[in-house]
Amino acid sequence: MLDVESVVKSFDGFKAVDGANLRVDAGEIVAVIGPNGAGKTTLFHLLTGHLSPDSGRILFKGKEIGGLPPHVICRRGITRSFQVANIFPRLSVFENVQIAVLSRERKTFRIFSPVAGMAKEEVDRILRSVGLFDRRDVESDLLSHGEKKVLEIAVALGGNPELLILDEPTAGMAPEETERCIRLIRKLSEESGLTILFCEHDIALVFEIANRIMVMVRGVTVVQGSGEEVRRNSEVQSAYLGESGEC
Amino acid sequence: MVTTRRSAAPLLLLLLPAALLALPQVLPRFHIYVAEIVLLTALLATSLNLAIGYTGLYQFGHAVFYGIGAYGTALTLTRSGMPAPVAFLAGPLAAAALSLLIGLICIRLSKLYFGMLQISLGSLVWAVVYRWYSFTGGDDGIHGIPLPDAIGSPKGSYYFTLAVTALCVFAMYRIVRSPFGKVIQGIRDNPVRAAAIGVDVRLHQLAVLVIAGFFGGVAGSLFVVVENSVFPDMMFWTFSLEVLIMCLLGGMYTFFGPFVGASAIVLLRVFASVHTRYWSLLLGTILALVIIFLPDGVLGVFVRRPRKREAPDA
Repeated sequence: MLDVESVVKSFDGFKAVDGANLRVDAGEIVAVIGPNGAGKTTLFHLLTGHLSPDSGRILFKGKEIGGLPPHVICRRGITRSFQVANIFPRLSVFENVQIAVLSRERKTFRIFSPVAGMAKEEVDRILRSVGLFDRRDVESDLLSHGEKKVLEIAVALGGNPELLILDEPTAGMAPEETERCIRLIRKLSEESGLTILFCEHDIALVFEIANRIMVMVRGVTVVQGSGEEVRRNSEVQSAYLGESGEC
Repeated sequence: MVTTRRSAAPLLLLLLPAALLALPQVLPRFHIYVAEIVLLTALLATSLNLAIGYTGLYQFGHAVFYGIGAYGTALTLTRSGMPAPVAFLAGPLAAAALSLLIGLICIRLSKLYFGMLQISLGSLVWAVVYRWYSFTGGDDGIHGIPLPDAIGSPKGSYYFTLAVTALCVFAMYRIVRSPFGKVIQGIRDNPVRAAAIGVDVRLHQLAVLVIAGFFGGVAGSLFVVVENSVFPDMMFWTFSLEVLIMCLLGGMYTFFGPFVGASAIVLLRVFASVHTRYWSLLLGTILALVIIFLPDGVLGVFVRRPRKREAPDA
């Protein structure tokens, strides 16, 4: 579904991503891991059009998407959440998801029809599935940090994506929130067959839910494979897992 | 929460029209005139708020579209011999067209840079109008503009102004409650996120600018009806700031805030300036107090209250 081939992105001579390779097949949960500054977020920005690659290819369903603007990539079927909770703070929880749905349905230029009840069923269904339904009329700025991160996922789901990209979905969450978030990711994958690509610092979590793992160090893809393959790779052990001492 | 949030609006919506309809029957000529100025200025401020309060665009040159709306109507009436309805469409359409043009140039810049470039381009338009004596009348403006009899009398012009203002405010009210209106609020809150859900941010911003310019132009056309004249100062940048202050004063995150702010400032200018030349000192004091104690504006307080009540269980 997604094929990234030797993608390079540098900022003022610093190569943040220096030959990243990634393959995501339909229905998979794929994780990208790597130490801080390895280029994970930059890679995600390249996939969603927030940055343009200097070279290399990014193919989604066989078509090049590298360098396209974010709203075009979204319409091709990739939506995302951000590392820092990135929501519409003055809109209610319901409205946050609603405008994502309306945008997908290309209704954003309807200027006279009342918006109030539009897409209600779908938005309520999404809010129920992520567990935010009882907060639907709250101004989203008032949510807790963990709830905002979940709302972000809900907004991304409003675009009814084929590929959902989550940039550190559990960053800053309390343990029980993290637990709930993992269950949510797994549920989304199992129930709707959603393809999910995410990056995460919590290694235990990654090995728990990812079908495949890609390891990045200093902008380069070191290895991509199953949890077992990654664990056995000596380069990974020295460069990353050894350091963190977790596995 | 929904009921408290809306509690102030329906009451106003019932009392206000009755009072506005009865007003010219009981008030003297001068006060009818003041009411007209309040109405059209409120329309102007509400149109500006579409850009600034609802979309987060730093529209610092809004008076230019007001001025072009007025000149468009005035010039069509005095120079073209076209029927009046055409003139009243020509003004707003010219304002919308100019807004599109200036918008296309400014939209690539963000925030303050957008606003500053808009002021510069607006000043350019002002300078042309101010100097082009043979066409615009230069700094003299245009006076004694012929109007159809129906709207030439004080009451006629009042009811015309009232009807057009009400229609336009209603249209804008519908717009901010449409899918488009919600999406522009999303763009205001977080343009990056808006793009990531598939929204073409610039296209929507441009559409807002054109709509705001159009309704600003309508306010300008009404000015022709009320004053029978136009002059370049109405599009000078200081007036743009005054309209901006109206939005801040009334509350730019509420729909009727700018309406309240415009009414307050116009009334203050008219009635305080009778007693003192330094009425702007009074305005400055009030504004400072509002900014310190009511940062969301006068109406913002009423809307914000439910938000605070919601906070403890958040």
